[in-house]
This record gives sequence, structure tokens and C-alpha cells, in this order.
Amino acid sequence: MSENQNPQPSGDVTPHGGDGTLAQVDRFDDPGVPEHKHRLADTDPKAAKRNERLIALIFVISCIGTIGSLVAYFAVRPDGTTAGVRTSTMLLGVAMAVSLLGIGIAAVHWAKTLMSSKEYTEERHSSSSSDEVRSAVATQFQDGYKDSGLARRPVLLGSVGLALALFPLSIAVPLVSSVGGDWNVGKFRHTIWKKGVRLAYDPSGRLIKASDLTVGSVAHVIPDVSEEERESHEWITEKAKAVVLLVRLDPRDLKRDHREGASYDGIVAYSKICTHVGCPVALYEQQTHHLLCPCHQSTFDIADGSKVVFGPAKRPLPQLPITVDDEGYLVAEDDFNEPVGPSYWERLK
Amino acid sequence: MKALAARRHHRFAPVVLLLLALLVTGGVYAALAPSPAQADTASTADIETGKKLFQANCATCHGPNAEGTTQAPSLVGVGAAAVDFQVSTGRMPMQMNGPQAEAKPPQMDEEQTAALAAYVASLGAGPAIPTDEQIDGSQGDAANGMALFRTNCAMCHNAVGAGGALSEGKFAPSLFETSERNIYQAMLTGPQSMPVFNDANITPDEKRDIIAFLDEQREGSAGGLALGSLGPVSEGLWAWIVGLGLIIGAAVWIGAKSS
Repeated sequence: MSENQNPQPSGDVTPHGGDGTLAQVDRFDDPGVPEHKHRLADTDPKAAKRNERLIALIFVISCIGTIGSLVAYFAVRPDGTTAGVRTSTMLLGVAMAVSLLGIGIAAVHWAKTLMSSKEYTEERHSSSSSDEVRSAVATQFQDGYKDSGLARRPVLLGSVGLALALFPLSIAVPLVSSVGGDWNVGKFRHTIWKKGVRLAYDPSGRLIKASDLTVGSVAHVIPDVSEEERESHEWITEKAKAVVLLVRLDPRDLKRDHREGASYDGIVAYSKICTHVGCPVALYEQQTHHLLCPCHQSTFDIADGSKVVFGPAKRPLPQLPITVDDEGYLVAEDDFNEPVGPSYWERLK
Repeated sequence: MKALAARRHHRFAPVVLLLLALLVTGGVYAALAPSPAQADTASTADIETGKKLFQANCATCHGPNAEGTTQAPSLVGVGAAAVDFQVSTGRMPMQMNGPQAEAKPPQMDEEQTAALAAYVASLGAGPAIPTDEQIDGSQGDAANGMALFRTNCAMCHNAVGAGGALSEGKFAPSLFETSERNIYQAMLTGPQSMPVFNDANITPDEKRDIIAFLDEQREGSAGGLALGSLGPVSEGLWAWIVGLGLIIGAAVWIGAKSS
């Protein structure tokens, strides 16, 4: 190897300026490969033997791992309890890790210590084909073009172009049209709440009496629908829009409603879908009357018309107007009067 | 009977009958009416002891007659369950102000707690301490408990009850160490930031289902180390620091020349 303290300029440097000294730093000679150093195992047969035994030992440990995994599989069957499943999985995993890591570590150690460590240099070769091959291919293409007669038959040129251009539509049209599935954004404006729909506990579906709610109570509410409807496929979509959080405050604490007259005797019902990006807002702090969204910490003041007091949400949660029917159950007086959940382009149209 | 039959048209007969009917109704009601919820063992002596303990330990903030002050709420009508929850978990008496009163080694022993609970329960009817049967998770349905927990509790207390953060330094505590009795009482009374889940909202049977679900979570995860069940934070920390560290270490070892 060359140990150049001052790199020598190679032949093809263009001299810069009059004296040419500035150009000397542009290129270096190839410093070559560092001198080959022998490993201990290359020079000392004892060391080589030691490494050989070590590698064999690691392979044996791997064998023990494999046998251990079989033992674990047959001897420690999961007995159905959580702890049993955990023990079984853990033993299987550890044994397999020993087995596979043993093979890997031994193989790498083998290659590093016993196999040849001599440095090889492989020069890059040109990636282009030889001139004869290139000209032959070019001739073939030209012959094919002449043979097809494209230049003389413009109708064929046009029709093949059209066919090729049209074909991608058979894939693109179904693909694009299924994006988003349903373009009816009008359904975002309505939920299944309407005048007279009773409020029910989620998930039991029991109806809620106003007298059942003590001050400080929170109830997670779904609209009261039949059992069959709750089993249906559409229910999950409807529920996703209609979920409501019902809170009973001391009427003296309730400063105002978000929607005029929507509360009943300190009981307020707000949409549980955050107006930021639609997470379920349900972390209610009883003492501060703050409702916190777990995703981005938007905080709504339930006592003050669900005003946003912190976080990225832009507007208060929509309020469901409620009252009590003649049997004492809480019922909705109307649907929400604004779309629930996050903003979308058509929201204000 | 003849004398009775002869006088049945007497003009005072309706009055006598009405009085008799009222007497019977009142008697039956007195015998069958549900007694106000109170600790079972509340004796006058307990209440007296409780009152003394209250005045020594609690009256500074809650007022001499538990009527509440500007610093602390009134305890009239909170019931024995609330007192037992707050005192047996050491949250009350509070030692210092903070975002919320945290659990600490209880200051009162069981007898003193019971006496305090009896005293506060005597001030006004409120939820009683649950019975052993109500909190026995082995009688509950853990699957239904999971559905209820997911809807009502998981947003604050984490999907398996590992706890979570609220606003301004408040937090929902982990439920792994909380006793079944305290879990039941917390749902019933809604301590501090927690809302109330009374027996109409989550019935006593459903509360027991939730306890059954939480009992199962204490066994840990079948998948191995749960890393606190905190989700991406602790799992990401392990994957990025321990997992990637091991991979980088292996790459360095494979690439290094043997000596």
C-alpha cells in the first residue's frame, strides 16, 4: 500500500491558473487495500482448535434449545389459565430463541474466525452490452417497424393507440369509484335521534328515568331501538353517530346550554363524538365539569355549553335536546341541530 | 258477631273502618318499608366515637357538623360507602393540597373507619357499604363486565384498569391493587373527579361483573410481559431502545473483524 503524505496529482488534471499548484488537490491515487493482518487463529493452531470447539459447543447449545422446545411443548401444555398460557408460550419462545440464535451465532463466529479472512478486490465491469449486440438489436427493431407498416397505415396506428389507452379504464374506474364507497355526505347531518326517541344505557339498552340519575352521574347513552335493530349491520354505523354522554349537574352549576333549553333539570346530553377528529370524548371530571378527549386533549366545559377550554377542537359538542315523557323516562325532543363530529367541506352548506 | 252485625249501619261505622284501615296500612308499611341505607353495625356508641374522631380529624375542612366549608364539600348524605372508600384507602384525612387526594397508607384502623362511616351515615341517608356477596367477583360474569367496563370506565382507567392521565395533574388510578370493596364503593359514590355510577346506571349485578372482569386482569396478559399495559409508550420504548439496540449490536458484531 502507498503511504502518501502528499498526494501526487494524476496525469489528467487540468492546470488551474499560471503556476498550476492549486489543481494538485483534485485527485488522489488509489491507496489500495490495507495490509492483511493475520488473526490469532490463522497463526496459532491451538487458537484455531479452541474456536472450533467453541463453535461446536454453540451448535450443541442450539440442539439443546430445540430439544428443550420439544420438551416444553409436550411437558408444559397450556391448562387454560392465563398464567398457564403465559408459561407455555414463554418456555417455547425461549427454547426456540436459544435454538435459532445458537445456529446464527455459531455460523457467524465460524465465518469470522476460521474461514479465510483474505481481502479480495473485484473490479466493476461495464454494464452496457457490446457494440455488435447493440447494433443487432437496433436493426431488429427497425426491421419490425418497417414490417408492421405503421408509417403507411395510420388507421392501424390510431386504433392500436386507442385500444391501449382505453384498457386501463377497466381497472381505474372500479378502483376510483369504490374509494370512499358512499358519496352521500347528507347523511352526516342526521342521526337516528328524533322527537320521542327514548334514551337508553349503553350497552344494556335499559331505559333511563330522570329520577335515576343522581347529581354527578354520567351515563353513556344510545337511542332506544328494538333488539333486532341493534343486531343489524347498520346499527354500528348509526350508533357511531348517535352516541351521547348524559351528565347530571347540580342545576345551580349549569351556567348555560349550548342549545337553548336543551337540558332538563340539570341533565345535559352531549354528542360523544369529538368535533376535532371524532374520537369518543368521555373522560368526564365530576368536580370541574370538564370533559376531556383522550386523543388530543381537547377539553369541553359541560357546565358552560360544552365550550372548548383547551385543545385543538374548534367548536362545542352538539347538544341533544331532552325532556321527560309522561312515564318519567328521558326522551329526545329532536335530532342534533348540527352535524356531529369533525368538520368536513360540505358541513356549512 | 251479632252485636257487630247489628251496628254495621251505625253512622260512626265508616269512621271506625277508616281508622282501622289506616292503622293496618301504617303498620304494614312500618314493617316492610326499606330501612334507610346505613352500616349494619351502626350503634349509638359507634356514632358517638365516630363523631369524636370526625371532630378531631375532619372538622377543620368539612366543618364541625360535616356541613362543608369553602375548602371541602358537605358530607351530609354521602353515605357510609363514601367514607369507607376515602378513609380505608388513606385518601382522607388529606395530608396536603394537590391536584387530587392520593391513596396513601390509611391513617385510621378498621374500627375507627367503621365508626366514622357510622357517624357520617347517621347525618343523612346515603349509599351503604356493599355486602361481601355484592363484591364477590367469582359470582360475576367477566364478559359482561368487560362490555360495561369498556363503555363506562376504560376511557379513564385504561382498557385493563392500568390507570391513565386526566387534565392538570389529575389522574385515574390503576385498579390492579384496589380492593373489590373499594372498586364497588368508587362506582357507587364517585369520589373526586370520578362520576357517580349509581345502581340504576350500573346495577349491583353489573358492578359485580365489572369486578369479575378486573379480577381477571390481575393475572396479567397471556402474551407475556404486559409492560404496564400502557400501550405504545412502554412498548415503543422497548422496541426502539432495547430491540433496535440489540439489532445494532448484532450488526456491529457481525461486521467487526475477528482479532
